[in-house]
Amino acid sequence: MTDSAPQPTPKRIAALSDPIPTQPPRSQWLDVWDQFKQHRGALIGGITFLVIILAVLVGPAVWWVDAQYLPKGREFINLRDTRPIYVALWDNAAKVDWAHPLGTDNLGRDTLARMMSGGRVSIAVGLTAMLLSILLGTLIGVVAGYFRRMDGVLMRLTDLFLALPLLPLILVASLLFRETLSAIFGVEGGVFVLVVSLIGITSWMHTARIVRGDVLALKEREFILAAQSIGTKPKYLVIRHLLPNVMSPIMVSATLGIAVAIITESALSFLGFGFPPDFPTWGRLLNDSVDRMDLYPERVLWPGLAISLTVLSVNYLGDGLRDALDPRIRGR
Amino acid sequence: MLTFTIRRLVLSVPTLLFISLVIFLLLELAPGDPMAQVPLTVPPDVKEKMRQALGLGEPIHIRYVKWLIQFFWIEPQVLFDHIFGTSFADGKLRVISWQTRSPVMDLVVQRLPQTLWVVGVAYVLAVIIAIPVGIYSAYKQYSIFDQFGTFITMIGFSVPPFFTGPLMVVIFAVNLHWFPSIYDTTLVVDDLESLGKQIRQMFLPVMVLALQITAQISRFMRASMLDNFNQDYVRTARAKGMSEYTVVMVHVLRNSLIPVVTVIALGIPSIFGGAIITEQVFAVNGIGQALISAIQANDLPMVQTLTFIFAVLIVVFNLIADVLYGVLDPRVRYD
Repeated sequence: MTDSAPQPTPKRIAALSDPIPTQPPRSQWLDVWDQFKQHRGALIGGITFLVIILAVLVGPAVWWVDAQYLPKGREFINLRDTRPIYVALWDNAAKVDWAHPLGTDNLGRDTLARMMSGGRVSIAVGLTAMLLSILLGTLIGVVAGYFRRMDGVLMRLTDLFLALPLLPLILVASLLFRETLSAIFGVEGGVFVLVVSLIGITSWMHTARIVRGDVLALKEREFILAAQSIGTKPKYLVIRHLLPNVMSPIMVSATLGIAVAIITESALSFLGFGFPPDFPTWGRLLNDSVDRMDLYPERVLWPGLAISLTVLSVNYLGDGLRDALDPRIRGR
Repeated sequence: MLTFTIRRLVLSVPTLLFISLVIFLLLELAPGDPMAQVPLTVPPDVKEKMRQALGLGEPIHIRYVKWLIQFFWIEPQVLFDHIFGTSFADGKLRVISWQTRSPVMDLVVQRLPQTLWVVGVAYVLAVIIAIPVGIYSAYKQYSIFDQFGTFITMIGFSVPPFFTGPLMVVIFAVNLHWFPSIYDTTLVVDDLESLGKQIRQMFLPVMVLALQITAQISRFMRASMLDNFNQDYVRTARAKGMSEYTVVMVHVLRNSLIPVVTVIALGIPSIFGGAIITEQVFAVNGIGQALISAIQANDLPMVQTLTFIFAVLIVVFNLIADVLYGVLDPRVRYD
């Protein structure tokens, strides 16, 4: 108690009185943010990732060259195979055009616009596939951890999925189910659904294992017993008490899942099993330009750098989140 | 330990059977038609005969069992015949590829050496580089070497092989002419000159693969070393007056290697997956490329067999990793 206030009971033992906190309570997320700020790589990674997302989202509104525009006749000859403007620095004879800062491809389409629309698809695939895999992983992990009867079956299933040769199976499935899905959702939509669901279905296992382990440990804690004793139904127990406590490992594997999904999608597109050529993603752009790489290295360089930078920033972000969300590290 | 190994061996049989069933059903239920490439002018009754000739007339379960018999019973017999010159498998039907009309296993045997050379050398090289790097960056935590190493490993994680591959081809093969850009499978190594050629053509794919693997293993090695540096036994060893070299290289290293060895064993099958892309970039005529061309040609028996071989590799190396863990760490015994 403060010494200025008049004490009604004169005899108070100092050791027994509770210390009053002098500062207002801090929320957990403020602590997390403080720790996150310490990790410089994570901060830079997070900002870079946000900038990339903004660039592909807002970019097409600012840079309103149509990515699909195919010039015809004389315009085609004038426009095609333009080099990026910086090439003019060392090569006077290079064909550059200020209207196309990153140049054009062999059909005269603007590379910058194609990079932006490709990035939209790549990042959309990454985020959606990550969401699907996290949903599946969390669902299976929580069910396996909470309901003892399901544990054996679901964990055997997880082991089985871990033993499957995933990349070959994804390749096979992406070719075999392409036409059916294209008939239902249209060509682009079908491939999108196909790629997202293939990546999601083949990458939930690690999340499920982590979540199951955490749920198993949490289940024995007193607050769960308390919640059970006042008659909380299993559904609310899971949603209100278990899920908030396993959020941090889920968030970490979600960030890292984005990186895995973007790489897998690009690999599929690179091998020619992903999106069609007129609906480019970064991987597809890279694949299309590998053949003439010695003449036009920029067409490989820019999509490759975009993939690498996105994945690098997401990996650093995940690294920082792991440190920030771990209470044992946060105290230090 | 022996009972554990035997139990795991027995358990892996149903796992493998189930995986083969999953692969078979996936290929079976998928709406692709192996006759789709046949011209429309071919009359339907001829098409039906072609279908029968490919073995597609039977119901699903009979074809599955036949494939199992071919893969697990006839193919080992062929191998046995090949080694000992016997004739058990004479006249028995083997798994036939629809593309080449030759047994799939012959193709695998032709393709496997290239894959094993490139992947194996890359893996060994990566382990040899990664372990000292991991040890030193853990010993000097947050030093410039460690920061730089972390950055390099992050790049190894993030830059996909289908980007580093073409990049290396442009720099080293096209501009500098140091290495050939395409892997020549027909090269026979019989003297020093051809050995030099072989090394030069292997250099780029091995580097691309090794960068990825080094990143993963050195990261793991560093984390494992850091875990052990905080243990009490390290302080005890130092208090006894042991030299720093003995503490790090004998006490800490041996304990840190336990999880790393299992990670190395677990990584081997996934390398075959990663090799699919690298083989495609450098035109290495290996198993991964055989799989890709089989998928594109709708050659179902070939796809089924190759995918199953990948699955067998994964299961076998998982088993090896589990057993190694028990052998290396006496505290972990499974029975």
